[in-house]
Amino acid sequence: MNLTMLLEMAADAFPERIAVTAGSESLTYAQLLAAARAAGATFRAGACEYVALLDVGGAAVPIAIFGAAYAGKPYVPLNYRLTAPELQELLARIAPARLIGGADHLQALTLPDAIEAVHTQDFVASALAAGPTAIEAPDSDDAVAVQLFTSGTTGKPKAALLRHENMLSYILGTVEFGGAGVDDAMLVTVPPYHIAGISAVLSSTYAARRLVLLPNFDAALWLRLCREHAISNAFLVPTMLSRIIEQLETEAQGAPPALRAIAYGGGKMPQAVIERAMALLPDVDFTNAYGLTETSSTIALLGPEDHRLAAASLDPSIRQRLISVGRPLDTIELQVRDAEGRVAAPGAAGDIYVRGAQVAGEYRGLGRIVDDEGWFPTRDRGWLDADGYLFLDGRADDIIVRGGENISPGEIEAVLSEHPDVAEVAVVAMPSEQWGETVAAAVVPAPGARADGAALQAWVRERLRSSRVPEHIVFRSELPYNDMGKLLRRVIRAQLQES
Amino acid sequence: MTVLKPGLALKSVTCTTDVMVIRAPAGSDVDLRCGGAPMVPSRGEAVALDPACAQGSLIGKRYVDAAEQFELLCTKGGEGALQINGEFLAVKIAKALPSSD
Repeated sequence: MNLTMLLEMAADAFPERIAVTAGSESLTYAQLLAAARAAGATFRAGACEYVALLDVGGAAVPIAIFGAAYAGKPYVPLNYRLTAPELQELLARIAPARLIGGADHLQALTLPDAIEAVHTQDFVASALAAGPTAIEAPDSDDAVAVQLFTSGTTGKPKAALLRHENMLSYILGTVEFGGAGVDDAMLVTVPPYHIAGISAVLSSTYAARRLVLLPNFDAALWLRLCREHAISNAFLVPTMLSRIIEQLETEAQGAPPALRAIAYGGGKMPQAVIERAMALLPDVDFTNAYGLTETSSTIALLGPEDHRLAAASLDPSIRQRLISVGRPLDTIELQVRDAEGRVAAPGAAGDIYVRGAQVAGEYRGLGRIVDDEGWFPTRDRGWLDADGYLFLDGRADDIIVRGGENISPGEIEAVLSEHPDVAEVAVVAMPSEQWGETVAAAVVPAPGARADGAALQAWVRERLRSSRVPEHIVFRSELPYNDMGKLLRRVIRAQLQES
Repeated sequence: MTVLKPGLALKSVTCTTDVMVIRAPAGSDVDLRCGGAPMVPSRGEAVALDPACAQGSLIGKRYVDAAEQFELLCTKGGEGALQINGEFLAVKIAKALPSSD
């Protein structure tokens, strides 16, 4: 098994269909296949052991992904938002490697030994200019297809490994070959170093869908591209959807006419945002996809029908499914386990474990992090309802342990965000001499609202047990998020401890 | 006879068909044919297509036996029909999932 099979099949059945559009460049599947083979031959000929990419996007992304697969070398997309010293450290860990990078990104770096850099535009140009290349992809079930450095909340970034069989299991299990219509086009705005940016390339290829890449997200530009390219499908993180809604509400143009489906994931979707999005875009199918890097992307889905049924329901237990991540894929087994490691009853929160062929759960130097029966601890917390819908409840690492009592930040945040003076809130642990840890909150006040900590404490006290009342409340003009819209709790914890 | 295991790629000697094994019971040793002739790991000398086994295979389709013990993905289409132990395989209707990425 090799990822190249996806591209070879698409190019065999749909050679003339457009595979990817980036800026003014477009490649057909036949051209993409030829370019990937040519790139693969150069990667194989060199001394490199990895193929790294340091760029915002473009046709280089699918050429590098499939080219690395032809060469049998791991593809390593790097986060271009990291500092030069951070990037240099990561590059030293993958030397010898070929590095494909934008001129501005490369310029800022002092390259470690045995890193052979090539400018993105030269890489694409030479791959496209090469004639037909005879190359057989290695049959590499257990070879590493992709290596992704995790953001590293503590210590050095870990190198998550995804093998060809993990990623192929995911794609073959979830995508119908050639399932896209001839006019379908997918707009991708997640960066190439994110797992969703990689799976978008693979899924689109196997579905034979045209992929349109937008490197730097901007809501107005996103809407313009949707109209210009007759975009039918898109993937967004919640903060992007939120900005698109605001833009739609200020524009007079209405929804992009070809847009049929929006999938979202990568962070918690506020119920108000998805409700507004569904009201503004009634003809669009919404799908919530939950997954992790270590699981080769999506493991649970809340599909369009689930969204519509939940939004139309007066039954609170059905209505709340709008904020669930749906049900596990048929090809995935999922368990919620309590503190003793037993499978939790419906409604009871615990740690989420998953098992299945797409679950890699592996890091370079650390091996596979699975138990004896192959279950991978996601470190996400959550609970299942009676019908098997999964609700997430933060990260296991974010649980506040106050005097032996486990407190989930989520329930306190939910109560605080209902207060009219609160625009955004994050609840985190603070060290406490008396309790070990105690509850603290960072609040962004609503526009024009007072910053009254005592009033917010009273609000929580009226609604939750006294142990949940934040001992410290600080007010901020904004909360720290990463570029995928994920709240950076470790930054808040550090700021609170300093103050 | 061929021992099938998930991930194994096999080729037809009667036509252009290629398949990959998606699902097979562990250790199953079967007679897998395409166009009437046994499928092989790498294509050697061509064998004439048996007209009784020429219903064809389609790229991207999944083929299963009646008991759904075996599942093959056709990675390249051709003129031959797929058989396991004499039984013609049928196209499996895929459950459509919403596009998630």
